[in-house]
Amino acid sequence: MTSPVSRGFHRLNRPAAGDGSKIPPGQHVTRDFPVLSAGPTPHTPLPDWTFSIRRGGKTLRSWTWPEFRALPAETVTVDIHCVTRWSKLGTVWRGVPIRTVLDQVEYDARYVLAFSDGGYTTNLPIKDLAGGQAWLAFDYDGQPLVPEHGGPARLLVPHLYFWKSAKWVRGLDLLDHDQPGFWESYGYHNYGDPWREQRYAGD
Amino acid sequence: MELDGNAIGGLLRDVFGTEMTDVQATCATCGATGPVAETVVYLRGPGTVVRCKNCTSLLMVITQVHGLNCVDLEGLAALDVNQSQ
Amino acid sequence: MAGTAVRGRLTWQVATVAAVAAETDSVRTIRLEVPGWPGHRAGQHLDVRLTAEDGYSAERSYSVAAADGEPVAITVERLDDGEVSPYLTEELRAGDQLEVRGPIGNWFTWATGDGGPLLLIAGGSGIVPLRAILRHRLLSGSDVPVRLLYSSRTLADVIYRGELDQPADGAQVSYTLTRSQPPGWTGLSGRVDEAMLAKVAWPADEHPLAFVCGPTRFVETVAELLVGRDYPANRVKTERFGGA
Repeated sequence: MTSPVSRGFHRLNRPAAGDGSKIPPGQHVTRDFPVLSAGPTPHTPLPDWTFSIRRGGKTLRSWTWPEFRALPAETVTVDIHCVTRWSKLGTVWRGVPIRTVLDQVEYDARYVLAFSDGGYTTNLPIKDLAGGQAWLAFDYDGQPLVPEHGGPARLLVPHLYFWKSAKWVRGLDLLDHDQPGFWESYGYHNYGDPWREQRYAGD
Repeated sequence: MELDGNAIGGLLRDVFGTEMTDVQATCATCGATGPVAETVVYLRGPGTVVRCKNCTSLLMVITQVHGLNCVDLEGLAALDVNQSQ
Repeated sequence: MAGTAVRGRLTWQVATVAAVAAETDSVRTIRLEVPGWPGHRAGQHLDVRLTAEDGYSAERSYSVAAADGEPVAITVERLDDGEVSPYLTEELRAGDQLEVRGPIGNWFTWATGDGGPLLLIAGGSGIVPLRAILRHRLLSGSDVPVRLLYSSRTLADVIYRGELDQPADGAQVSYTLTRSQPPGWTGLSGRVDEAMLAKVAWPADEHPLAFVCGPTRFVETVAELLVGRDYPANRVKTERFGGA
C-alpha cells in the first residue's frame, strides 16, 4: 500500500526555482546547521587537549592546544553533505590543513582511523587527508567552533559525507589496512563519496 | 537530538516485534539496570544510538541500511522481557 | 478492550483529521479518526508520518492527549524552525489524511490500578501526556490523589488552561511561570527548584508515583531533585520531549 499524500506537506527547505547549485544525488539544501551526534557533547578543557598522530600504539607526534594554534591555518569555504540527506552550501571554516600535521611525521601508512573524545572513530585513506582537501577546523563562520558542532576542533573533509568529519577529534591512528570506524561498522560505506552516493556498505 | 527510549518506542516495536520501553536493560559496561524508556537516545543522525543513563556507554545502535534494520546489542549484558509490567 | 497495550509489531494506518482546535497561539489539538484504534493507556504516544507529493516523508512522535474512550487526539506545539510542527499547526485541516501507528509505550503510562498519590510535573508541551493521565483519572472516577506542577513561560503559554483552572475532581494544580507573570499573579514563579518542590511535592513517605515530562534538561533537573527528596528512582518516571 503506498502512503497517502498529506495535502500541502513538503520538506522544509525546498530549492528555489532556478537554483543551479549542484548538489550530490539524493541531497537537499538546508539553511540551518543540524546538530547530530552519537553521544553526549564532550567538554575537554583546553589545557588538557592534545592532538596526536599514533602508529601501532605509539605516539609519533603530539600538539597541545597552543602548539596546534601556532600552526599555519587557512580559511576555506566549502559545501558539506550529510548522509541524512541535507547539504549546506558555502560554509566558512578556518583550520589547519591536515597535510601540515602529517608532514611533521614520517609515515608509510595507507589508512587512518581518526579518533575523538567520547569514543567516535571514522576511517579514511591517508591520501584523502594529505592531498590538501582536509583540515583540522577550529573556527566556523568566523567564530570559535562551539562544542555542539565539534569544538574545540574537528576534522573537516568536505569531499566525503560529513560523518567522516569527526567532531571533537583528538588524533589519527595510522594503519596499514583499512579498519571501519563507528558508522562504518554499523553498515555505512567505508569511503563515503557523496557524488557516487556511497551511503551504505556495498553501494 | 538527545531524548530517551520513549522516543524510539515505535522503532523498537519494528526491530523487536514487541513493546520494549518497559523492558529492563542491563549495561554490559557498568552493570546498571533500568527500563529501556530511560536510556539516553541520540536521534536524527546516520543511526539511532542508545546509551546507558548511568555511564553513557553504548547499549544499542540501530541503523537502517537499504530498508533493513541493522541492530547491534553488544553494549547490553541483558534485556529482560519477562520483568516488564 | 479499553486500555490494554497491544504489544506486537505495528503497522502504519491512515487517519483522517476530524478537527483542529487552538489551545494557545502556537499550540493546536488535532482530533483524529483512526479506524480500528485498539484503545490506549494514558501516557502512550503515537507516531505520525507525513508524505509529500515528491515522496519525501517525515515521522514524528506525539503523546495521545486524550484518555481512552475519548476521540484520539494529539496536541502539537509549533516550533518556528520545525519541519512538521508548522504544517500540523498551521496547514492541516479537517478531512486531511496522515498516517499513524500506535499506541506506543509501556513505561510512561498510568492507569488507575497503578495507584498513587500521583505527582505530575510538566515543562511546556510536556503537559500533554500528563493531561491524558488526568483525563483518564477523571473519566474512571478515580479518587487517587494527584498534584500537577506545570511550568510554562507565561500564562498565555499554558495549554488546556480551561480545564486545568477548574480541576473539578480533587486534583491540585499549580502553575509556575518562568518568563513573566500577569499583574497580581499569586501563583508560583521561576523554574522548578528544591524550594518549590518542598511546597508542592508529596512527601516521600506517602510513597508517591511521579511522572515528569518536558525538555531534556528540565526532566533531568526535576528527576534529580525528586530523587534528592527520597523518591525511589523507579517511582520517578520520565519522558523527554524534543522538537521540530
